[in-house]
Amino acid sequence: MHLAQLHLHFFKNYERSDLEFVAGINCFVGPNGSGKTNLLDAIHYLCLTKSGFGFTDSQSIAHQSQFFTLQAEVEGNTAFSLLKCIQEQGKRKLFYQDGRLLERLGEHVGALPVVLIAPDDADMVKGPEENRRKFFDNTLCQLDPVYLKRLSRYQHLLKQRNALLKTMQAKGRFQADFLAPYDSQLIPEAIWIAEQRQQFLMDFEPLLQAQYQAITAGQEHLQLQYESQARDPEQFEKMFREAAYQDYLAKRSTVGVHKDNFHLYLDGHPIRKFGSQGQVKSAAIALKLAQFLALKARVGFPPILLLDDIFDKLDDKRIQFLLRLVAQNEFGQLFLTDARPERSKKMLASLQTSIRVFPVEKGRVLAAEDIGQVPPSE
Amino acid sequence: MNYPSKLIEQAVLEISKLPGIGKKTALRLALHLLKQNEQTVEGLTGALSRLKKETRYCERCHNLSDGPLCTVCASPSRQENVICVVAEVPDLIAIENTGQYRGTYHVLGGILSPMHGIGPEELQVASLLERVKSAGEEMEIIFALPSTMDGDTTSFYLMKLLKPFGVNISTVARGIPIGGELEYTDEVTLGRSILARVKYDFGG
Repeated sequence: MHLAQLHLHFFKNYERSDLEFVAGINCFVGPNGSGKTNLLDAIHYLCLTKSGFGFTDSQSIAHQSQFFTLQAEVEGNTAFSLLKCIQEQGKRKLFYQDGRLLERLGEHVGALPVVLIAPDDADMVKGPEENRRKFFDNTLCQLDPVYLKRLSRYQHLLKQRNALLKTMQAKGRFQADFLAPYDSQLIPEAIWIAEQRQQFLMDFEPLLQAQYQAITAGQEHLQLQYESQARDPEQFEKMFREAAYQDYLAKRSTVGVHKDNFHLYLDGHPIRKFGSQGQVKSAAIALKLAQFLALKARVGFPPILLLDDIFDKLDDKRIQFLLRLVAQNEFGQLFLTDARPERSKKMLASLQTSIRVFPVEKGRVLAAEDIGQVPPSE
Repeated sequence: MNYPSKLIEQAVLEISKLPGIGKKTALRLALHLLKQNEQTVEGLTGALSRLKKETRYCERCHNLSDGPLCTVCASPSRQENVICVVAEVPDLIAIENTGQYRGTYHVLGGILSPMHGIGPEELQVASLLERVKSAGEEMEIIFALPSTMDGDTTSFYLMKLLKPFGVNISTVARGIPIGGELEYTDEVTLGRSILARVKYDFGG
């Protein structure tokens, strides 16, 4: 599966751009602030129906416009070949597969699996628990549409319950019977989500360990530990119900899978506290590559890989490692950004795949150049 | 926009406050009214001011009503021991239009959504309980609430409250629409339709 074409209209700093991609490596080069990353984000949008860089939908509309549209032509083993996204200011985001409007955006998630490797990935390892939860939820949602559905259900019920707790506080009256309909729906969802996370990690941890060992040439051992209040269903239900009054005082739900933790250890020591910069970066890449492999194993073809600014932000050792994987044909279609065109060309020149370089300048994509040793048609 | 007259401007301003009506449509409507004879226009303004002043809510079910009881509650031919619980008046009207229902209603005035400031106390829950409590005969309650997460939560909440009174509770069936293609029915609906399949009756 690969993207053959991409059309942007009023997306971020692009008024209008039409791009034709190769199935191998597509390289966006140009000065900082020219809009290279925005092209990666456009692709991320089309794959996962949202920004991969934390932008809201309205922030992604060009200043001079009230809407943006993104369109892509997809080739290969997908159920559709034409994908379109329209976002009008203040309106619902619309996704069309071959002209058919999707009733729920969730229907599309997972159809075009994608992995993004970006400079701030280290925050996933070093940052707060929430970042790791987001990463694993992102992976699980791409793997299983039912997980996405039940997770959104959990999140909606939780939001309503928290709003209710706040209202009760404001009125100064605790009413357990008001909470009951939320509790009886949240508890089974939480138990199911914890079970899915637990099961997924059993497959994921070996992938992660292997990737980390390969990157660091086998010096250390990376472990992943899952911590959840919902792992024991009976105890969880008791805990959840007993916390009701404490929740009322705190004005938010203090028990649930939104409190789950994913701990990373290096040879038994928490990497968040003791990891060096290099170890943190290696762990971040290992997580993303393991995500790539997990998705690939499930869908049977390689996900789209987006590499943002890696030549600048990664050291030579890790870049060489990634390029070796590219050379071994581990990846499918790949998109990368680089501020220095000569460097990209030099790094990629020896690879046996189709390579197209797109010079980017202030929201405009200039004439592309094929530099690969394999013609773009293959 | 500039208007040639203050009176037009005022009318446009008022009309454009209505949902779904912009300044341009408001101007078109105002100019249309200007062209009508006085009687027609007074017919409209009269109806509107009476609408707000005289419309009442049924004391029993909170449906829109002209008197203390709405036409459904006042009718002697309706089964008083069957109550269909709906969120809003348009839901009631939709069910009435089917001509298939002979019981009474209870309009909650919304569904639970604490995010939007709607808790149990903002809905007509207490009066529903009162109706069930004071009933002399066996009651049947039918939930006809939106098939959304918040709709389900509302049903859950009411179910728990009503359970101690020993009433029969049911909810409207969810399934494949009449004239609908199986192929295009969403998975959740189709899944439920299979589980809640209907048995053929070969009687007679």
